[in-house]
Order: sequence, then C-alpha cells, then structure tokens
Amino acid sequence: MKFFTDWPGVVVLLLGIFFSPLCEKISRAETPEEKGLAIIMEAERRDQGFGDLVTDMVMILRNRNGQESRREVTNKVLEKKGDGDKSLSVFHTPRDIRGTALLTFSHKSGDDEQWLYLPALKRVKRINSRNKSGSFVGSEFSYEDISSQEIEEYTYKYLRDEELDGHACTVSEYYPVDAENSGYSRQMVWRDKDEYRIQKVDFYDRKNSLLKTLTMKGYKQYEGKYWRAGEMHMMNHQSGKSTVLLYSTYRFHTGLTDNDFNKNSLKRAR
Amino acid sequence: MKTFEARLGRFVIKYSIPLILLSLLVVAGTGYGTRFLTFSSNSRMFFSEDNPELQAFNALEQTYTKFENVFFTIAPKSKNVFTRDVLGAVQDLTEKSWKMPYSSRVDSITNYQHTKVEGDDLIVEDLVENAEQLTDEQLQEVRDIALNEPLLKGRLISLSGHVTGVNVNVIKPDENGKVSDTISEAAYALQAEMQRKYPQLDIYVTGVVMIDTTFEQATEEDITLLVPIMCGLLLLILAICLRSALGMGLTFLVIVFSTLTGLGLAGWLGIPMNPASANAPTIILTLAVADSVHILTTMFHQMRNGLDRHQAIEHSIRINFQPVLVTSLTTAVGFLTMNFSDAPPFRDLGNVVAMGIIAAFFYSVLLLPALAAILPLKAAKSSPSISPSSYIYERLADFIVRRRTAIFWTMIIMIIGATTGISRIQLDDDFVKFFSPHFDFRRATDFTAENLTGMYMIDWDLNSGGEGGVNEPEYQHTIEAFADWFRRQKYVCHVYTFTDIMKQINRNMHDNDPVYYRLPEERNLAAQYLLLYEMNLPFGLDLNDRINIDKSASRMTVSLVGASTREMRELEVAGRGWLKENAPPSMYTQGSGVTMMFAHLSERNIKSMLSSSLFALGLISIIMVIVLRSVKLGLLSLIPNIAPAFMGFGVWGYAVGQVGLAVSVLIAMTMGIVVDDTVHFLSKYQRGRTEQAMSPEDAIRFAFRTVAAPMWISTVTLVGGFIVLACSGFQINAHMGSMTAITISFALLLDFFFLPVLLLQFDRSAPSAPSISSVPAQTD
Repeated sequence: MKFFTDWPGVVVLLLGIFFSPLCEKISRAETPEEKGLAIIMEAERRDQGFGDLVTDMVMILRNRNGQESRREVTNKVLEKKGDGDKSLSVFHTPRDIRGTALLTFSHKSGDDEQWLYLPALKRVKRINSRNKSGSFVGSEFSYEDISSQEIEEYTYKYLRDEELDGHACTVSEYYPVDAENSGYSRQMVWRDKDEYRIQKVDFYDRKNSLLKTLTMKGYKQYEGKYWRAGEMHMMNHQSGKSTVLLYSTYRFHTGLTDNDFNKNSLKRAR
Repeated sequence: MKTFEARLGRFVIKYSIPLILLSLLVVAGTGYGTRFLTFSSNSRMFFSEDNPELQAFNALEQTYTKFENVFFTIAPKSKNVFTRDVLGAVQDLTEKSWKMPYSSRVDSITNYQHTKVEGDDLIVEDLVENAEQLTDEQLQEVRDIALNEPLLKGRLISLSGHVTGVNVNVIKPDENGKVSDTISEAAYALQAEMQRKYPQLDIYVTGVVMIDTTFEQATEEDITLLVPIMCGLLLLILAICLRSALGMGLTFLVIVFSTLTGLGLAGWLGIPMNPASANAPTIILTLAVADSVHILTTMFHQMRNGLDRHQAIEHSIRINFQPVLVTSLTTAVGFLTMNFSDAPPFRDLGNVVAMGIIAAFFYSVLLLPALAAILPLKAAKSSPSISPSSYIYERLADFIVRRRTAIFWTMIIMIIGATTGISRIQLDDDFVKFFSPHFDFRRATDFTAENLTGMYMIDWDLNSGGEGGVNEPEYQHTIEAFADWFRRQKYVCHVYTFTDIMKQINRNMHDNDPVYYRLPEERNLAAQYLLLYEMNLPFGLDLNDRINIDKSASRMTVSLVGASTREMRELEVAGRGWLKENAPPSMYTQGSGVTMMFAHLSERNIKSMLSSSLFALGLISIIMVIVLRSVKLGLLSLIPNIAPAFMGFGVWGYAVGQVGLAVSVLIAMTMGIVVDDTVHFLSKYQRGRTEQAMSPEDAIRFAFRTVAAPMWISTVTLVGGFIVLACSGFQINAHMGSMTAITISFALLLDFFFLPVLLLQFDRSAPSAPSISSVPAQTD
C-alpha cells in the first residue's frame, strides 16, 4: 500500500517506464562521445521548463588557517528557450557590497554578456565575460562553475559507470570549447543514473593536474520534477582553500520576466 | 691484577677471527642503511618547527598563498624588451609556464591585467595580446604603460626596459621530497627550449624553488667531490706516517667502515642528507684516522724495539685504549651538542659524525688489532718523519722553559690581540651567497639583481582590524604612506601592494582623469571597485595572494636589492618603527618571509648554541678532571681548549668579517677536537710528574719528547681535512671548514707554547706521590 502513497516514487517509476526506450538508446550509443552527449542532453531535458527560479545562497570561504568569511546572495534565473538563461545575483553581505548586482545573459554561442551594478557609484558597468574562469568574489568557484552551463560550451565523452556514495553513476569528461578562456583542461563529472544529478566534479587545470573537487549534497526535488542541491562544496586541492555554497530556498515559477533581467532592473534589485 | 686494557689486548688477539667476522657483519648491517639515505632540499630545512620567523611565515602562507616561485629573467641582446619578437617570446614563455608542474600563477608584462576605460566600461585585459601583430604605436603605448606601472617596474620590467621577468608561483604538495626537482627540471628544460627558439635572448632561471635544488646540488657536489679528495689526502698522510702499505690499507679500511657505519645508521634512523650533514663523511674520515694512527704507530714503534707482532699489539692497546676512548668521547660530546642548534641540519650533522666517531673507536680498538694480529704487518726500518725530529722538540721544550715569562706575555698579547677581532664579525646569512658563483642559480640571481629585481623580500601582513577593513580609506592611505616610505629607502627596488590597483581603477572610473589617480574616499566605493576589478580577472590572476578571504588584511611585499642581511634586519626594524608611529595598533606587525628567516638565522642559532656550548665545555672539563685525576689540571686545560675558538673568530673578523650560520656551531665542533691534543699533552705531563716524580720543567720536556710528534701529525691531518671542507661550494661548509682549520692550528700553537708556561706558572707544588695506577710509564 505504501507504494501508492509514495507519489514521488511513482513519478520516478512512471518517468522510468516512459523514458525507458530513450535509456536504451543511451546505453546503445555507439561512441563514448555520443554517449557523453546523450547523458547531458537527457539531464538538460529533465530540467527543462522550470521557467524561473529564485534562491538564497550563503557562500562560506575558508582558507588553510580555517578562517572563514561569508557572503549572502540572492540568485534569480530566467529560463530562455533557444538561448542561454538569464540570471541576476544580488549581494546582501558583506555590508560594503550590499546591493551590488550581477546580470548575466548566457549565450549558446559566442561570449556571455555581463553587467555589474555598483550602488556606491549608482552606475552599471560591463564586465569582460570572457574571463569567466576567474575566482568569483574571492571564492574557489569561478563564474564558469556556478553559471548555467550551456551544452554547446563543452564537448563530452562518456568514460565508465561507477558507484559513488551509494549512487550508481555515469562518469563523463567535459572539454571546454573555448579552451583559451577556460581555467580547465577538462572536468570529470559523476552523474547518478536515477535522476541525472551531478554528484561530483573533478576539475583539472590547464596543465591537467587535479585542481578542485566539487561535491553536491542535500538534493531535493521541487515541483515534483526539478532536483536542486542544498550544498555545494568546492575544495581546492592545490591551495588548500575551500568554499561552501548553502542554498536555503528554491522558489520556482515566481513569475519573473525579461523585464526583471535588464540593466535597469539591476538598480532596482534588492 | 690485570687492567681492562691489558686483558682487552689479549682478548683481541685470541678472538681475532670472530671479531673480524663480527665487525664485517656490523658494517654490512649498518652500512646497508645507506640505501635508505634521503636527501632533503628545502630552504626551510634550516629552521626548526618552533622558530618564530618560520611560524610567522607559515601563518602568512596559510592566510594568503604559498610563496614558492620560479623566476625567468629575459635579457634581449638588443637591450630592448619592447619589440614584437621579444614580447612574443615573453607571451610564449608565459603561456608555457602555466603548464609547468605545480604552477599556480604566472605573472609577466604580457599577461599583466591592464585596466582601461572604453566608453562607460572598465576593460581589464592582458597588456599584450598577439605581440607579433602590434603596430609601432602600440609598442610605444605598451612601453609607456609598463615603465610607469608601479606593479611592474622594478619587479617584472627593468626601469630602462632592457630586461624583463616572468614569475611563476608554484604550490608544492606537502611532504614530497622530489617535487622541487620536478619543478626545477621543468624550469631548466623550458629555459633550454626558449633559448633554442629565441637565440636573440639570454634567459636565466632563479627563484625559491631553484634555491632548494641548488641546496641539493651543493650537497651532492660536496659528497662526490670532497670525499674523494679527502680520501686521497688521507692516503697521502698515512703513507708518510706509517710507511707500510698494509698499515695504510688497514687504517683506510677502518675509516671507511666508520664512515659507512655513521652514514648507514643515518639511513636506518631516517636522518636526511642535507648541505650540512653531507659533510659528515669528510669529517668522520678526518677524525677517525687519528685513532688508527695512534694504535699503529705505537705498535710499529714497539716492533722496531724488538717486540713480536702480538706483544706489540697488546702493548699498543694497553697504552692507547684510554686516550683513544677519551678523545673519541670528548669529540662525540662536542658534536652531539649540535643537537641544541635551532637549525636541524646541524643536529643531523652532529649526530651522524658522533655515530661515526663512536664506530671509529670500536673499529680502531677491536677490528684494527684483530686484523693486525692475523696479517703479516711489518714496521718500516726507521721511524716516520713527517714531523721534525725529536731533537727539535727537545730544543723547543728547553726554549719554553727558559723564556717562560716572555712567552707567557707574548701568548697573552696574541690571544687578546686575535680575540679582539671578534668585534669586526658581522653576522650575515645571505642565502644567495651560500652558493659559490659556479652554480647556475647564483649567476642567474646575481644577473637578475643587477638588472631587474632582488630576490630578497620582506612581507608585511597588515591587518585592518575588521572584516572588509581593507576597503577603509584610512587603512588604504596608511598602506600607501607605508609603501611610499619604503620606496624612499635605500635598497628597495619594488613595493607590491593592492593600493596601486585601487588608484588605477579610481582613475579609470573617472574617465582616466590623472587627478583621480588616488585612493577612493569611500569604503563602499572602494569595495565595489575591487569587486568589479576582481570579476574581470582571468583564471589564476586573482587577488587572493594579496588580500585575505574576509578582506580584513592585505599583504605588502617589499623587494630589496644589494642589501646585506644586517641592512635588511635594520630595514625591517625601521619598518616596524614606522608602523608603530604612523599606523593604528591593529596594523602593527613584523616583516616576514624567507629573507627575514635567514636574516635572523645566525642570531637565533648562536643564542641556542651558546648555552649548550658552555654545557659541552663543562662536560668535557669534567671528563678531563676525571681522566687527569686533577681538578687543577682540568681547569687549566680549559684555557687551551676554549681560547682557540675565540682566536679563530677574531682572526676571521680581521680577515673576512662576514660570517653566517657556521659560526654558531664552531665552538661545539672544535672543542671536542682540540681537546684531544690537550689530553695527550697533559696526560704525558701528568705521568712525568706522578709516576716519575719529575719537576714541572722535566715533565714538560718529557711530554714534548713523547707526544709532540703525534700532536703535530694529527693537527696536520685535521687541518688538511678541514681545508678540504673549506673548498665546498656551499658557503656555510666552506666557512666552517676554514674556521675549524684556523682554530685547530691555534690549538696546537697554544698547546705547544701556552699550556707549558701555564703549567710552569700554576703547577708549582711538589710532585705528588706516585699514583697507584698500574699503568706503566709510557716511554716510547
């Protein structure tokens, strides 16, 4: 009887039945490259239609001494069909940068566009978004790591199946298309087979040494469909520094429109 | 009743074969440990874990990023960096440096993140992109920017634009010995590759990582070069002293075995080979030879006097056992005192040498006679003649007894005169000058210092007192003033602080109006400028090495060129003084970094060694009192034991002046060695006085007749050995070698001239009753 009260389980089951021909197609994919691409496309497909999203994030930075520093940010994302998503990040703390807001238009091809609003100057400044590889506000995350990643920005290769923390996972490698402006030579990504959620990412720097490891924890499903992690842990193996992102709330379909994602909206953002 | 010494002689002859086999087993067992010897190559090895400067430095690194680098210096033959091909080469090298093992950040004039305004936007980008396609105007523009940029000039570009640098920061994983090698091999390979590709450039490699590998190079060189020279020298001395091929062979066997045992035990115990302990073999060889020579010379002497081989062996062991034991013990005590040094390499050196010396003692009194018992050893027809004939020593003794007052005062004046030179000694541990100019690292660093920038840096971790405080205008103004103050000081070639970036952005944000090349006047504004700038920085070029994570502190780096370590220390003290007077209390701190660690190295070690040297002196004096069975003689022996080291310091002060780490261990090291001659002289004098009831005058003549020649030989051997050490390409060892050679020479001088007159002066009492000691008077 319990089976029928466990409705997310039923959804998963039904989804599984519905998509089983597709799954079969993935497993029969001919080359590792094709299989890698198929996996990411399936993950993308499953996440489609979220519309828009608002979340509050706390970023905790730690150095080798164990000292900590926190930043609080609200993120808004607007799903765009046919092009990359638009996103807006507003800083609440530290006090000195309260109200500073970052607007990003991701594009499937070509450079993304980014603007930063500086409340102290009351002006919006464009950012050279080719430098997405740099540290994001002093953290171990680069903008590249937390912005919405478009399928076209990487090429893929499926490596193997592997169990990770009780999840049956596929392991694939991502190679940046714009290698010159990426900080990485490759990323190794563990996705669970059940829900195509990222569990772990190893980042390799330009000289192909392991640089960082991202671990995703506390996944929850929203709206019966969208899985979002509650915690993202980024460890820099070379510098010994680390950053944790804690997401407290995810609100989907809040009714955001393009008007909430333009240069003028930056100044209004709180 | 037979004494232990007498029984030992018989025992050794009776059980010669088992003893030889046992010794071989011990040598094989301990010597096998040489397989596990590790080489430690790290500039930090000279600092103990609780060294305050090291702790400050570690804290700095934990807060910001690790400070280890490789620095390429690029000198175009045209003397102009700002040409398409040179900038292209710099771009190429920058790109390739990112791929060097463990590299975490690369800075050059081409990837310098230049900020400018375009319309309403702040553009942050590489100063040089696609160098080959630059127009002449663009080249001129790049030149103007670079030569006026406080972040670049005097650090990555010379003031006249003729030499430039590429700095590669590396992050070494903890506890991995071979990492420095991997990095420096890659750096040298890259240098060679670039040199081939761009013959119009001269490329040099320096940096902290290169110091590490050069330490290793120096260690290896000392072992591979000095040890064979040492062996050759010892063979020569042995040939002259013993004039017996077999005797020479046996002695050589003993000293090689001792060295193997010392090093092997080091391997078993995990004591690493470093530039200091690498000299353990040389020192063990030198010190071990004396034991064997004493035993063999006595034995040959007795054989010439008509004893058969076994009797001669017994006799030799009987009379040499005690002095050999005592001298081994005192020397070992001296070296073990090095354990009190703050610098771990000296502890390693002391322990390895002490183990070698103890091994030498056992091999000399057990293995050597055992071998001598079964091998057809023959004494040379006449006695060896490396030293002047005994006639001369008797004349010398007469002369001393006759002119005792004049000699006494001459010696006093000499001791005082030499010792006053100590005031001229300057403590200086310049880690670049540690290496002689034949090392690539030294040449590269010297060239870089003359043409571009200095390797010496003082880091200041300046705390604002609160989170985000680096954005406080007052804090930034203080740093700017601090930086300006340093820029006015002599020897300062560059000051690296984030406030220069702030000024640049402020100007950019005001339409490049030069009036606004100043710090922003509002905290929020500064914070937001910084955020904007940081958002624009590419991978690896962030500000994490300048500003800490909660933006409560920033790091300022002052680069120095041409200063002695004393001047660096003074500058650091002056900097601290400036902070005390002009900055809020939260900002007050000390300067730190590798340079500061070395700048305090000698002082720190002298402090730690001073009391322990006194302790060793006390211990050795007690041993002397027990051996000589006389408090008076034991106390008198203090003077010729301790004065030579001070005279050595003094002469060094007059002749050279500059001295580093070597000075701290000199007393501990030499005392154990110089005491040997005093032991020999005083024990013979004592025998003369007590067993033969001689007057002091006659006892002195007796002592001269019996031990002057062996004292002379052993001093020549030791001085020779330490002169070999003085040839080391590693300055600390070279200084230690020369100073020890000087000190030992003075010791012989004092033993010959000062000790006798002291005895005549203070040992005026009637000869005591003959000792009940059953040791017969030695008359050979």
